Amino acid sequence: MEWFNDFWSTYSTLVFSVGVHILLALSIWLTLSCGLLSLANAAFMGIGAYVAALLTLHLEWSFGTVLLAGGVAPAAVALIIGAPVLRLSGVYLAMATLAFGEVVRITVLNLEITGGPEGLNGIPLSTEAWHIALILAVTVYGLARLRRSKVGRAFEAIKEDEIAARLMGIDVDRYKLLAFSLGAFIAGIAGALNAHFTFFISPREYGFENAVDILTMAVLGGFSNLIGPMLGATILTLLPELLRSLHDFRSLVNGAVLVLVVLFLPKGIWEPRRIRAWVQRFKGGRA
Amino acid sequence: MSADKQHSLLSIRNVGKHFGGLHVLQDVSFEVPAGSIYGLIGPNGAGKTTVFNLITGLLAPSSGSIEFKGESLVGQQPHQITRKGIARTFQNIRIFKEMDLLENVMVGMHDHLRYGPAALLFNTGACKAAEKRARERALELLSWVGLDHKADMLADNLSYGDQRKLEFARALATEPKLLLLDEPVAGMNPSEKTVLMEEINNIRNRGYGVFMIEHDMRFVMGLCDRIAVLNFGRIIAEGSPDEVRNNPEVIEAYLGKEEAA
Ligand SMILES: Nc1ncnc2c1ncn2[C@@H]1O[C@H](COP(=O)(O)OP(=O)(O)O)[C@@H](O)[C@H]1O
Ligand SMILES: [Mg+2]
Repeated sequence: MEWFNDFWSTYSTLVFSVGVHILLALSIWLTLSCGLLSLANAAFMGIGAYVAALLTLHLEWSFGTVLLAGGVAPAAVALIIGAPVLRLSGVYLAMATLAFGEVVRITVLNLEITGGPEGLNGIPLSTEAWHIALILAVTVYGLARLRRSKVGRAFEAIKEDEIAARLMGIDVDRYKLLAFSLGAFIAGIAGALNAHFTFFISPREYGFENAVDILTMAVLGGFSNLIGPMLGATILTLLPELLRSLHDFRSLVNGAVLVLVVLFLPKGIWEPRRIRAWVQRFKGGRA
Repeated sequence: MSADKQHSLLSIRNVGKHFGGLHVLQDVSFEVPAGSIYGLIGPNGAGKTTVFNLITGLLAPSSGSIEFKGESLVGQQPHQITRKGIARTFQNIRIFKEMDLLENVMVGMHDHLRYGPAALLFNTGACKAAEKRARERALELLSWVGLDHKADMLADNLSYGDQRKLEFARALATEPKLLLLDEPVAGMNPSEKTVLMEEINNIRNRGYGVFMIEHDMRFVMGLCDRIAVLNFGRIIAEGSPDEVRNNPEVIEAYLGKEEAA
């Protein structure tokens, strides 16, 4: 067990980050599965992180309640901004949600209670590995159920053809709002978990760059099912660590890997149909 | 079927539609009776598809009223209109290409699957049973159009004619009282047309009302109980196929051109 303790003391933060990033990738997968290119998830994560941290620091709520509040707060915001914002689609929606993210960041930067640019310090390290594991398991289970139900089919239908979906009796606006706020809920919980193992949060962590990172995880992994975003999040979290020995070349190689994947695997790494075709070709080649 | 006339399913009265200065429909009125096949014909650009777009709530009429079973459809959202019992297919097919055939049809059952979020999450017996029933019904509908053996095929891989049939089955999955078909045999060869014609007849015999737009005159004449003729946004004739066929204005505006061609 010695080696495990060594490993854990060095890498526990990294493992926690993998878990949180998987949650974030799943949150954007949810909106993408409904055909919404929303880049608000970093901001939703930030809202969750700040709400949770403030509740812990000032009101000393129990950790479970804090996590729940960290999810509910951004979900409520999503419900409010969803009605006007979700009328947009494609790049217009992406731009509007990015702008929303900036509004959130600048607000946090200028409020006193959030600690302004310095952020919040001394957040208790309440997050434990099993918290993340449990929340991940529940999220993956819930999303898998959703996918196989009338809700998942409605999302898919909306993604493929909104007008046809409407004429199938689907209340498209309501389902878009559902995907948007459920995504916000998951991102918010990820933020709350994150705040309680990094000790410190600041507005810098929830800006434009992070919004794009979250999207990259889903796109890299592929979003035709749940495995893709989980894989993408894991790779994108671990890759910079694995490349640590390259020092200055690290971000260069990191970027090159991304470009190569996007060029040669445009539907992401985990694309069941392509993998099936590969397996078939392999079998055929041997027969 | 004329006995049903006073008992009309869909009634369109004095409907007008303009896009800016372009008057696409003017003073359009007709009644679609229950339990029959009603045809809307007219040259390209006459405004036929626009009539369907108005009925299904994709567009709002500029004037006039549209009633389904005595209830106004004006101002209702497309999904609400579907739930009242009107389904449609599209002139340019709009199936869900990335789904398999079974899923395509099951999307049409959306509103009839009535399990709540808790049942969905915990996959309760009620939820499983509802999904199972939906799957069986979807297979049944696919068998009506002869596609049940392709149920788990990706819709994108279907031939053009099969895509039309799938759209047909998907529309039926919403359990409509009235089925709107926009040029259902466009792009099909004569033998495919004959098969689909039979299928449309079967659908009517199962108790659905059918309202179809068609370009192919012979096809409509053989199939429809009543026909309305639209030309430049106005109804120029309405009645039985024989009445319409012998109407001088129709011959002038529509048949005449075709005969000449
Ligand atoms: N949304 C729209 N905006 C502007 N013009 C339209 C729109 N929809 C249809 N039109 C015009 O209305 C006319 C009738 O179109 P349509 O109803 O599709 O004819 P049809 O189905 O009889 O061929 C055409 O001139 C078309 O360009
Ligand atoms: Mg048309």
